[in-house]
Order: sequence, then C-alpha cells, then structure tokens
Amino acid sequence: MAGIQFQSIRKIFGKTLAANDVSLEIKDGEFMVLLGPSGCGKTTLLRCLAGLERVDGGRVLIGARDVTELAPRDRKIAMVFQSYAVFPHLTVFDNIAFGLQMQSRPRDEIKRRVEDGARLLELSDYLARYPAQLSGGQRQRVAVARAIVMQAAVLLMDEPLSNLDALLRLQMRAELKRLHQEIKATTIYVTHDQVEALSLGDRIAVMQNGRIVQCDAPMNIYDYPANKFVGGFIGTPPMNFLPGVVRVNEGKPIAAVGESHIAPSVALASALIEKNGQPILLGIRPENLALASAQHANTIRARVLVVEPLGSHKLLTVQVGAEISKVSVAPDQRVAPNDDVWLHFDPEKIRWMDAATGDAIHPG
Amino acid sequence: MRVRTESILPYSLLAPTLIFITLLIVVPIFQAFLLAFQTADGEFTLTQFEKMIADTSFADALKFTFLLLIFIVPAQVVLALVMALLIHTRFKGHTFFLYIYALPLAISDLAAGIVWLAIFTERGFLNSGLFQLGLLERPFLFLSYQNLPALFSTLIIAESWRATAIVMVILLAGLQVIPRDYFEAADVFGANTLKRTLFVVLPLLRPSLQNALIIRTIFAFQTFAVVLALAGRVIPVLTGEAYNWYALNRNANIAAAYSTLVLIFTVIATVVYFRLLRTSTAEAGFD
Repeated sequence: MAGIQFQSIRKIFGKTLAANDVSLEIKDGEFMVLLGPSGCGKTTLLRCLAGLERVDGGRVLIGARDVTELAPRDRKIAMVFQSYAVFPHLTVFDNIAFGLQMQSRPRDEIKRRVEDGARLLELSDYLARYPAQLSGGQRQRVAVARAIVMQAAVLLMDEPLSNLDALLRLQMRAELKRLHQEIKATTIYVTHDQVEALSLGDRIAVMQNGRIVQCDAPMNIYDYPANKFVGGFIGTPPMNFLPGVVRVNEGKPIAAVGESHIAPSVALASALIEKNGQPILLGIRPENLALASAQHANTIRARVLVVEPLGSHKLLTVQVGAEISKVSVAPDQRVAPNDDVWLHFDPEKIRWMDAATGDAIHPG
Repeated sequence: MRVRTESILPYSLLAPTLIFITLLIVVPIFQAFLLAFQTADGEFTLTQFEKMIADTSFADALKFTFLLLIFIVPAQVVLALVMALLIHTRFKGHTFFLYIYALPLAISDLAAGIVWLAIFTERGFLNSGLFQLGLLERPFLFLSYQNLPALFSTLIIAESWRATAIVMVILLAGLQVIPRDYFEAADVFGANTLKRTLFVVLPLLRPSLQNALIIRTIFAFQTFAVVLALAGRVIPVLTGEAYNWYALNRNANIAAAYSTLVLIFTVIATVVYFRLLRTSTAEAGFD
C-alpha cells in the first residue's frame, strides 16, 4: 500500500500542454477519480503514473519511491485498460495469471491467487475459456481480475466502464466500489462520466485544459463547484447559471436579476459588498429551485416551457428573462407548459460566481 | 434498377483481376499440367516424371532446393522479425531504416543476383576491399565449384538480402495492426522486452507470421535467378532445371514436370503452415 504524489507534472504533445504543472497528492488506500471532458489531460496524468508516458517535467512518487524514471514494470502498479487489453491468445486463467507469471511466482501460489481473484469477480466457471468466448462484461471482469491479483500498491483504471452498456455499467460500478472496500488498494480512476465519479470517488479531481480545477470530496464538488466549468460539468442536468448585477442597498448586497432581487447568505455578504455594481452569476442546481405561487423574498418570475415527468421527479424547462433554466420538482407538482410561475432560490444553496472569470466568490 | 447495379457492381469490379489471373496464371498452370502428364498424342502418362527423376541433376536439384529453404526461411524470418520489431519501436530516424530495409523489394531477382556477383566474384568488391585492407593476399574464390560451402553461403546471403524485405513488410504490417494496449498491458504487468516479445507479440503476430512463412517458402521453392547468376549450374535447383530443360534441351514436358513438382511442394508447405499455426476454434470464439 502506498500513497501517490504528482509534483508539478508537465507533459507536452506537440503544441498541446496535456498536463500543465499538475500537483496532486493521493492518500494511501484512497479512491481518487480524475474527471474531465476528453482532452483535459486526465488519461495523460494516469499514463504518466503508469510509466506509459515520460513526463516532460515534475516528479511522480509512489509511497516514498521516486518512480519518475522507472519502467512501468518496476513501478509495482496494476492497471485496467479502457479497451481491457485482455490477451486474445490466452485463456482467462492465463490472462489473470499473466502478471504473476512474469514475476515467476511459484505455480501453486499463482493458481491460488488466480482462483481467488476469479471468485471475487465471479469468473470461476470461465477460467478455461478464451476471451473471444466471453461477453464484453466478462472480458472487463478478466481485466479487473488480472489487475487485482497483483496485489499492487496502486491500482489504475482508465475508463474501465466506458465500453459497457448502460445496465452493465451500473452493475459494475457498484461492484468496483465493493471491490475497493475489500482490497483497499490506492486507486486512481479516470472517467469522463460525472455520475461514476460521484459514486466511486473518495475524492474527485476535476480537470480542464491540463490542469486540476478542483479536488475535493464528491458532495463538496457537487454543492460547492469551484467555478462555472465544474458546476456545468457535474450533475444531470447541470447547474443553472443566471446572470445578475450586485447592488448594495443600505449596506446589504443583493443580486438584481431582471426585476427581482436575490439575497446572499450572511457569510457571503461582506465579500459581495466589494463587488458593488459588478456582474455576477448565480449558480443553482435544479433541485434547489422551487415553485412558488406568489412573489416572496428570493423569487424570480419564470415561464414554464416544457414539463418532463421522469418518475422520481418532474424536470421543468423554464425561461427566466432571456435565460433557460432547469428545475426539478416533486412528481406530484401540478404544473403545465406556459404557466407563469415564481421560482424560489434557496439562498444557502446558491453558488455566487464572478461573471468575468467564472470563479466562485468565497466568503471574505 | 438500383438493386441490379448493386448486384453487378462487385463482380464488375472483380472482373479485371479475374480475367488477368485466368489468362496469365490459371490457363498456364493447366497447360503445364497437360504438358507434364501427356504424351505427344495427348494420352495420360507418367513418363515425363520418370525421365525427370532419372535426370542426373534431379537429386542434386532437390537436395539444394531444400537446403536453401532450410537455411534461408528461418534466417529470413528471424532477421525480418528483428527488423520489424526495431522499426516498430519508432526510434528516431526509423523511417530512414524502413526505406533502406525495403529497398531490395524494388530490385528484380536477376539484377540482385548480378549485384551480388559483382561483390563476390574473383575481382569483385569484397575481394578488392579485403585486399586493400590487407586482410587478403590474393582473392578468395567465393564462387568456385571447388568450394561448395562458400558458394552456397553466398547464395544464402544474396537471397536473404533480396527477399527479407518482403517478410519484414508483412510482419511490420502485422505488428502495426496489433493495438498498442496489448504491448502496454504487457509492460505494466511486468514483462521485459524478451518476455513481451515471446508471450505477447509473437502469439498476436501469428497470422502475419503464417502469411510471411507461406510467401517466403513459396519464394524459396522458386529461387532461380540469384542462383543462376552466382552459381550457374554448379548448384542446381528445381526451377533452374525446369528452365534448362525448356530453354536448353527444348523439352517442355520435362520442364513442366519440374514445375508441377515445385507446385506440389508449395501446396504441401502451405497446408502444413496453416495446420501448424492455426488459431484454435475456441480462441477464435467459435465454440
């Protein structure tokens, strides 16, 4: 078992900075998710850790060992590839045993560990088969089993679920979480799927353009996105952003959104006073907006455009001024298209952001 | 109308190749069969083969053809594999070496034979070079009938130079379609270069190896011009005898018998390779 440190990792492909001075510390046994859109550098960072890419700057540490210059095979890691990379010419047994055989472990030890790994991933009945005789989901399990039997200090997963169909992905997601609780290896998991990230990660590092934008526990990232990008990337549907202007009346700041006024939480007030007259964005998640029948404090006029009943909730598309927002309401809420409604903002749940930079405004 | 066009289209696209192959390959093969198995009156006979076997050069031609095959094919496959693996690492300047390696592909076998003749002959490049370096006092006779091992070695060198390129190209193409993930998985799971090559690369390269072996073996059975240029008839080979019977002895029937024999060997070799390197049905995913 070992923690991991990325120290100012820099990786350049041609003219693209795939990793721009990325530093990240991962604790022993932690499940860290690298999340971001394609091209954000998350896979590059993982490959730098695996030794499949040479870094152009910075150090990579596993435990106390500096592995920056080591070949992949000397880094004591195991990896699950996006394509699985399960060897087609080897049986399931030999695939799972591959890493152990490369280490020239005794035969009986290999047999025992492969059988244990196969049991953990419910592959015991398939050990004599070839990958071509397995389904996609089973092949994926082989890839995972091959990695965990190594009992490596560090387990790397590169979008392991992206090639599975939706139902299987849901199943394997829970399976991977159970597996991690059982083996407790330090795990780095790359994905572009924010639901996977929220569900699996002890912490999530959200990446954009070769940098880590925010690294925190999943619910903190969900509730307190560091900027507009993170708020817009995480959550289905994503966070709503309503433009407004800060006004200070009698020493109390409010956001003027159209005709309406939204008040900040007490903690933010002093930081907002300094921004008097500046444009801001009010970030709010669909479930933190509620319908009100009349104008109260912190309500804004809106018109319902679309109503989508989704079983557990209704998803409304509403027009607020010139903006379109999503609102999530209870399934029994009576609402119809073209209704004029009042949207109530929960002040504690609003993420106030600087309109120019998109960065969240923090209590001063 | 549209359906009609679509059903005709593939055949019309295949037609030129089919016509070409029929006229220039299938028809001559049948003509050669007829020549080999028929008397002048058109009756079936095996006398051409009896005459071929009774020919004084036959045993030697058979022996040397197989000797060449045994030496050249493994040497070339190993050499080509090393070359292909080297190129595949994409080291700096690898395209330059790729062109160098592939160059012999563009040279006809007779031209290649003459080039090597210029190298190995009594006052050739090799002898004059060694002489100038002071390593030789007088020319070494590489191409003398009195030194068969040396002469045979020059054949192997010349043939290896000439025809390794095609094997390398096939293997390199095979390497390039193997997804890199497999190599990377091997690296991550602790394989060094040798183990990776033995346990991952070679098994995955099996289809290409099979093709390369088949093509190379067929070519080895057909080795002709290089041998003719360097060894004349001192080292006879089957195709050379076919040529001699046809061109010098004016006996198309015995020449056809030799050709038929080469064809039979070729077919046997192909079948053997297919069986040896076959992917099991389980591995291919058909239960």
